[in-house]
Amino acid sequence: MIDREQVLHVARLARLRLSDEEVETMAGELSSILGHIERISELDLDGVQPTTHVVEVENALREDEPRPSLPRDVILEQAPATQDGGFLVPSPQA
Amino acid sequence: MTDLIALTAAQAADGVGADFSADELFDAYRRRAAADELNAFLWVAEDAAASDGPLNGVPLAVKDLFCTEGVPSQSGSKILEDYRPPYTATVVDKLAAAGAPLLGKTNQDEFAMGSSNENSAFGPVLNPWDRTRVPGGSSGGSAAAVAAGLAPWALGTDTGGSIRQPAALCGIVGLKPTYGTVSRYGMIAFASSLDQAGPLTRDVTDCALLYRHMTGADPRDSTSLAHPEEPRAPSAERLDGIRLGVPEELSGEGIEEGVLASFRAALDRAVELGATVETCRLPHAPHALSAYYVLAPAEASANLARYDGVRYGLRATSDDLLSMYTETRHDGFGAEVKRRILIGTYALSSGYYDAYYGRAQQVRTKIAEDFRAAFADFDFVVTPTSPSVAFALGANTHDPLAMYLNDYCTVPMSLAGIPAISIPSGLSEGLPVGFQLAGPAFSEYRLMDAAYALERALGFDGSAARA
Repeated sequence: MIDREQVLHVARLARLRLSDEEVETMAGELSSILGHIERISELDLDGVQPTTHVVEVENALREDEPRPSLPRDVILEQAPATQDGGFLVPSPQA
Repeated sequence: MTDLIALTAAQAADGVGADFSADELFDAYRRRAAADELNAFLWVAEDAAASDGPLNGVPLAVKDLFCTEGVPSQSGSKILEDYRPPYTATVVDKLAAAGAPLLGKTNQDEFAMGSSNENSAFGPVLNPWDRTRVPGGSSGGSAAAVAAGLAPWALGTDTGGSIRQPAALCGIVGLKPTYGTVSRYGMIAFASSLDQAGPLTRDVTDCALLYRHMTGADPRDSTSLAHPEEPRAPSAERLDGIRLGVPEELSGEGIEEGVLASFRAALDRAVELGATVETCRLPHAPHALSAYYVLAPAEASANLARYDGVRYGLRATSDDLLSMYTETRHDGFGAEVKRRILIGTYALSSGYYDAYYGRAQQVRTKIAEDFRAAFADFDFVVTPTSPSVAFALGANTHDPLAMYLNDYCTVPMSLAGIPAISIPSGLSEGLPVGFQLAGPAFSEYRLMDAAYALERALGFDGSAARA
């Protein structure tokens, strides 16, 4: 049901490299999982409202007031690479 | 000399200052947690943070996915290995302020995706009742730690059963609260419309004591809300007038005979206490798992997009930006996380969105309606928590779908956002069985009252797991 090409397409959308072996296994596993999931296509759901959120909350608004955020050096402490007070990444054009 | 480990958390809180000091209590548990042979802990504190609150210094084990400032918070994933966040989750802060200092961080399935704790990047947790078996998941480390007496109590999270199922498999109490009653701020997200923090404890009294200090609206989580009921300790001794509904869809097919026998025996105890027990219907419950395995992976695929090697966590070496992303995610995520990212991305992709995500959200509506209809006739819906007792390590790892079926009885309540508690009902073949009670939104205190009465009548003894 899900072939290699579809797995590779979805993996590309998800920015995820898969090894050849992973592509092979995932094609089989995703087919069996989606086969189970597709049972919901048997249900008559015409006119049923979708649920996105289970508990009723009004729009949660707050005053738009400036508050201190964490210091820059604290945030950068966990970064794999930094330069000039920012996150350093490889070039998108390389 | 008091045997500190034999005390429940509530008893320990009462004894601090009278029979022993908070330091003595913390040290007793710290030593046990540090000598953990179950792989339940990923990090153990050296000292207790100063605390003076009503919980009197009774230490707390916390699932790895709660952010704790300066302390590893990895969500069981290699992609966050040794990540030390610059802030602490609201619920951990609240409990520390209430007097429950951090004892350690507990092992879990990677990003809370799993039902056996075998998906942790840091190795599986062993079940203290039988070390060849799984503790359940995803909060397997928290459940095993409490069951084995390595912690007085613990925090877990439940997205589709991740508190209740490991509580059942380890013979302890686990509560998944009403969605929104506990702040999600600082919880490393899996599926945001379902994730909810809750207690894992030795008994229902401890569960109520921990839960009352967890709740409250948090300005940093706009989906959180205040619990409308006044907290209270459970005290019911009888179940007179309580109507229990047993959904036929969740109490027969696919459930182990030993589990069913323990479930039926617990129903008999409930009747002796004055409850009425009748069959009820949740017609869409058999489709809950399908809907869940669209919605949760879809939300996860969006939530996990942030792990890109830029700001924190693992980064793979690469010459260009795109392959840095794809290689980092290839190296950092485990098989189950990759599987769910792919399912979620597929379900949200152009051309499939309506057939999968849209329909799953409609099923969610039907499931919530089923529960509302059931609660018109019944106070609580009761089911076995898990279809089986703890299974052998490795038994389900090669069949993802078989693993997902562990959540069959717990996922419907998650989709409906309602509270559900698992308490131990007895043993089957020497292993604990869980009994689940679910109630309408915000019924936690009534639910725990009923669970307390039943717990007393069942008289489950979990001390063997602490030996």
